[in-house]
Amino acid sequence: MKPADCTETGAGGLNRRELLAMAGNGLFLWFSVDGLAAQEPARLPARQGYPTDLNAYLRIGPDGRVTCFSGKVELGQGAMTVLAQILAEELDVAYASVDMVLGDTELCPYDMGTFGSMNVRNFGPALRGAGAEAKAILLQMAAEQLQAPPARLQVKGGVVTDSATPGKSVTYGQLVQGKRIERHIEGVAVKPVAAYTVVGRAAPRKDALEKVTGKAKYCGDFMFTGMLHARLVRPPAHGAKLKDADTSAAEKAGARVVRDGELIAVLHERPDLADKALGLVKAQFERPLPTVDDKTIFDHLLKTGPPPQNVGASGDLAEGAKASAAIVEETYLNSYVAHAPMETHSATAVVENGKVTVWAGTQAPFSVRQQVAQAVGFPPQNVRIIASYVGGGFGGKSAAGQAVEAARLAKATGKPVQVVWNRAEEFFYDTFRPAAVVKIRAGVSSAGKIALWDYSVCGAGEREAKTYYDVPNQRTLSAGGWQGGNPPGMHPFAIGPWRAPSVNTNTFARESHMDALAAKAGIDPLEFRLNHLSDARMRRVLEAVAKQFAWKAGKAPSGRGAGIACGIYSNAYAATMADVVVDKKTGHVQVTRVVSAMDVGLAVNPEGLRQQMEGCIAMGLGYSLTEEVHFKDGEVLDRNFDSYQIPRFSWMPKMETILIDNPGSPALGAGEPPIITMGAVIANAIFDAAGVRLRQLPMTPARVLEALQKG
Amino acid sequence: MERTISFTLNGKPASVKVEDGRMLLWVLRSDLGLTGTKFGCGEGLCGACTVIVNREAVRSCSVPVKDVAGKQVMTIEGLGQSGLHAIQAAFVKHHAFQCGYCTPGMILNAYALLLKTPKPTPEQIARHMEDNLCRCGAHVRILAAIQEAAIAAPASASRGGAR
Repeated sequence: MKPADCTETGAGGLNRRELLAMAGNGLFLWFSVDGLAAQEPARLPARQGYPTDLNAYLRIGPDGRVTCFSGKVELGQGAMTVLAQILAEELDVAYASVDMVLGDTELCPYDMGTFGSMNVRNFGPALRGAGAEAKAILLQMAAEQLQAPPARLQVKGGVVTDSATPGKSVTYGQLVQGKRIERHIEGVAVKPVAAYTVVGRAAPRKDALEKVTGKAKYCGDFMFTGMLHARLVRPPAHGAKLKDADTSAAEKAGARVVRDGELIAVLHERPDLADKALGLVKAQFERPLPTVDDKTIFDHLLKTGPPPQNVGASGDLAEGAKASAAIVEETYLNSYVAHAPMETHSATAVVENGKVTVWAGTQAPFSVRQQVAQAVGFPPQNVRIIASYVGGGFGGKSAAGQAVEAARLAKATGKPVQVVWNRAEEFFYDTFRPAAVVKIRAGVSSAGKIALWDYSVCGAGEREAKTYYDVPNQRTLSAGGWQGGNPPGMHPFAIGPWRAPSVNTNTFARESHMDALAAKAGIDPLEFRLNHLSDARMRRVLEAVAKQFAWKAGKAPSGRGAGIACGIYSNAYAATMADVVVDKKTGHVQVTRVVSAMDVGLAVNPEGLRQQMEGCIAMGLGYSLTEEVHFKDGEVLDRNFDSYQIPRFSWMPKMETILIDNPGSPALGAGEPPIITMGAVIANAIFDAAGVRLRQLPMTPARVLEALQKG
Repeated sequence: MERTISFTLNGKPASVKVEDGRMLLWVLRSDLGLTGTKFGCGEGLCGACTVIVNREAVRSCSVPVKDVAGKQVMTIEGLGQSGLHAIQAAFVKHHAFQCGYCTPGMILNAYALLLKTPKPTPEQIARHMEDNLCRCGAHVRILAAIQEAAIAAPASASRGGAR
């Protein structure tokens, strides 16, 4: 059986057959396959578990085109574009001549996964090193071929020229033609930032043409002759046990049925007919005992959470209380939030000659390879995962149960199998952002200085829980978190990383409470923050955002509806100001303007960073205003976008984004920092508009109305 | 019961033998291999499956294929067959997408708007696009791209599309 798509190109423009054919012709400078790479001598300094052999990262074809290999995945965040920029810069080749192969476990160097805004921060330096060494080797080869001293050589766009003899030149492609080069140059320096011509500028997105023409292939777009679409029998609630399933009607209707342990699937050549057949399966489940729902969850978390860990303390809390003229003690809540990517979890699996290939929508193809290998009983080297274009992840595609399901079913049926979760399955099996409770007891002195800060978070995790404000007497406690290790039964379903895990919750609580303290002290909220900040980078983003926003100093509530919040995420700094309009009749909150400033060190792709900032603002509106998972006794009540409302066009504020120029600091990730401030900036703006403080996310019209009524 | 349904697809005659009650989305993707039309929600709530039927944007997940018999159907594969359509070019220029999964539906919904209203106001664009969901947050760029496409292609919104 030949996969129908074998001749088509995926995300990277080359398929395996083409690559192998070219390798066989000896036209490859470098060719890296798992296993082969491991035999290469160590060459680059080891970084973050990435290979030390530059061959793992890049290949220069005879036509001079450069193929860049990365285990990172294009989720929409622009990995394909920014990594191509980095490699083009170091190699001195045209950006347009770089082709990207991402997320393919057979072709790309091992990568832990695409999350935590680490593409540029962690993979970037490894790729730069590989590019710099490759260029040094190519220059050495060119010097030999042109019989010119290396100092006379200039390189531009992959063409090496002898500056003393115009016209005497050789291309990278010509240099490596028909050879496999095993050279290595120790300790090559990367290009200085000041010499950059590609990095630091806008670049056309590598994925643009494929995405606007419908040619971009996501994992559910791979179709093979004889392929079966699978729909699986699912429990009605988490914790429900299958008692019995009668699949005879589905079989009569022409569907194939596979039972493999707890997995019951109906399969059909047409996805919608598989779905129809699933409707004919009579499955009986034993429901779990009543547990918890979206209203009782907060008490439940406090009761069932693990003992809190002290994640930072200084001074003396009793002294702090004594020094406080006023103490403000509040509880902040946030509900479970779904990732809700537009592409549901999808996978297409093909088993052939004892090997399985799975096109899987995942942020972590190498972890999925292990999971699939274990599930089908193949050695990992016989499992290939290809994360082609992924239709949004946000942390929710770190787990990839659908890939395991597709692989098991492909093995069981001997046919290619596609599994595409429907929207209800996507909600049901999502690894939600955990619901959380934050309690803060803080005091200000008569001089308007924070004397006491006692912070305790349950459920969200400790990242950025500790305050960066200057407070002499403080303590930070954290119980449980998104990373796991929570007591059984604490959460009624799976939880996991959601864009800026822990930090949205902690920033909402801290920045809301800072505003409450400023109001108590009768000090302008910006001034109050600056009065407690010796961190120069934080001062700079705050001052930048205030300038652009034209912040009018004054004590809140001013009635204007302006809010402020700031925060740190993985050493990147974000500050946000927003204007809101609160409809006091309906409780509806319209965010009309957001100014967001971010310091992520060197800006590799300023245009890409702005896209990420805008995306953070838009997505942040959702968790702030509407998004919460409704559930009861293990049943997820949200099944589609009717009850679970994500941001829409009419919600969009005027957005202004500011990139702090900081090329002296290493480039950091940008996919997450600006989202962390959204909850607090809106809560603080609502307080400024209406004089009421919302302490529970999301700030739905009902909750706003309730707060207004309470006054 | 199976029957044969004929219609015009991206300017060419198409004919499919399908069971009653099947929705256009699945026939396009699975029977006809046009995977540019995406599944997002299955209930007409997200717009990822938007296609054009007789110059109107429809949710193909909720349109029975028999309803398009004899009609003109255009998918993203049919737009800009001889070079990018103005809307596609503007989406490229403005980076009006991130993951790209909602993009075909966004572009075709915008296409339907410009057929009817070649010079929409920003408010008309936002209102028309309201029920097409984007999770990455490319909204402001999508609006800017559609606005520019409307300005760039006066009264020729159908250029490059199916007849």
